[in-house]
Amino acid sequence: MLRTNLTHVLSEQEHSKLLQENENVMICCGRMGPMCIPVYEVMEEIENDYKNVKFADMEFDTPDAKVIRNLPDVRGFQGIPFVIYYKNGKVVKATSSIQSKDQVTAILDANFGGK
Amino acid sequence: MENHFDVIIIGGGAAGLTAGIYLSRAKLSALILNEGAIGGQMVLTHEIANYPGIENISGYELARNMKAQAQKFGCVIKSNVKISEMNLSEEIKRVVVGGKDVFTSHAVIIATGGKSRTIGAIREDEFKGKGISYCATCDGDFFQDKEIIVVGGGNSAIEEAVSLTKYASKVTVVHQFDHFQALEKYVEEAKNNPKINFIMETKITEFVGVEKLESVKIQNQRTNETTEMKIDGVFIFIGYVPNTEKLNGIVELNEREEIVVDENMSTNVKGVYAAGDSINKRYRQVTTAVADGTIAALSAAEYVNNYKKELSLATSD
Ligand SMILES: Cc1cc2nc3c(=O)[nH]c(=O)nc-3n(C[C@H](O)[C@H](O)[C@H](O)COP(=O)(O)OP(=O)(O)OC[C@H]3O[C@@H](n4cnc5c(N)ncnc54)[C@H](O)[C@@H]3O)c2cc1C
Repeated sequence: MLRTNLTHVLSEQEHSKLLQENENVMICCGRMGPMCIPVYEVMEEIENDYKNVKFADMEFDTPDAKVIRNLPDVRGFQGIPFVIYYKNGKVVKATSSIQSKDQVTAILDANFGGK
Repeated sequence: MENHFDVIIIGGGAAGLTAGIYLSRAKLSALILNEGAIGGQMVLTHEIANYPGIENISGYELARNMKAQAQKFGCVIKSNVKISEMNLSEEIKRVVVGGKDVFTSHAVIIATGGKSRTIGAIREDEFKGKGISYCATCDGDFFQDKEIIVVGGGNSAIEEAVSLTKYASKVTVVHQFDHFQALEKYVEEAKNNPKINFIMETKITEFVGVEKLESVKIQNQRTNETTEMKIDGVFIFIGYVPNTEKLNGIVELNEREEIVVDENMSTNVKGVYAAGDSINKRYRQVTTAVADGTIAALSAAEYVNNYKKELSLATSD
């Protein structure tokens, strides 16, 4: 399990349940490394501001993370974390490697209609 | 005043967090304003094995411990902020965050550290995470049996070129000079590795690809000849630059853009101190950043306490 204060997605089942139960979802799929930790930190920090979004993480190396690693949207990605933004269960945006708070909030505002 | 502190610390890496611990423990109010993730370069370090008293710890863990320790003593920490304005020349220092939140203090400690140097080649930003990486331990396994380039000639570049041969079928070190800055033993190890070859006196000028990186344009620095080379990935390790671009004209910088300080970590501006990787010094380590942060905090504490004493004498006159 990743050492963050976010909701952890531990299996394929938990992944689909999360998407069914929440309209707007952001999942950061990574490891406890330098490119991923800053993204988890941004998510932890903005979680209270974006009550309309469910923030979660998933361990990149867990076999069930294939639900993210095999998405057509991540084809060509060669840097962790893979961050996926879902609306009504559909991928609306995916990013590869480290992202700043400004980059993350710009995506949330554009796709989920702001705070 | 809710937004007034005894000391504002700019930067929340090892130096800034240490200053926060010392100041808060001395019962002075301290605010850390940090642009990125708390911990700075410590977060970039998978394993720190030379911090005295701790045999082995991940950089993230050490950063988390320092942050918790500072907060326990009452230090206020704001991360992922953007400082839009700084006025440090007056007696009351003024720092504006995000164009709207104003913070004031008697003293300021600048601990903005450093960051990875980028090549500055065309489309470098576009292929970050899609073929370009700055972290071998993070992304090395995406390049299993692939051909990659490592850019640089210092210790990190040469060490990482060797470590990336665990995954890649071929590693080409591209370096702009005709000699390496890395220690001889690392260079020898790389030269003896059959998977590694070298292209010297050459720079990458452009990254090429559609969905992901497919090739690079490289230019020979002596002949100016440019060729295109097919490649799956590029790892860049070309050193660090101090984060002082916003401090030009605010405090004195030297020719390498490092902040000039004396042995008390005082800058040329009264009440402004600096610590860590952003100052003029030779050795950049967590231990030296922690030491600088301590000195800067103690100097700032003395300055603030004297200032308050003078103020109370003046008002009781
Ligand atoms: C890959 C790597 C491995 C390393 N390994 C080791 C090791 O094993 N042992 C060791 O002792 N040292 C190691 N080091 C060096 C060590 O990490 C640094 O010397 C030390 O962490 C520097 O601390 P600092 O606080 O001065 O700066 P930094 O860690 O750079 O922190 C500065 C902080 O200031 C923030 N900042 C920058 N500009 C602004 C601004 N304008 N406003 C607000 N905030 C700002 C940054 O976001 C950052 O969080 C390593 C470094 C790297 C990159």
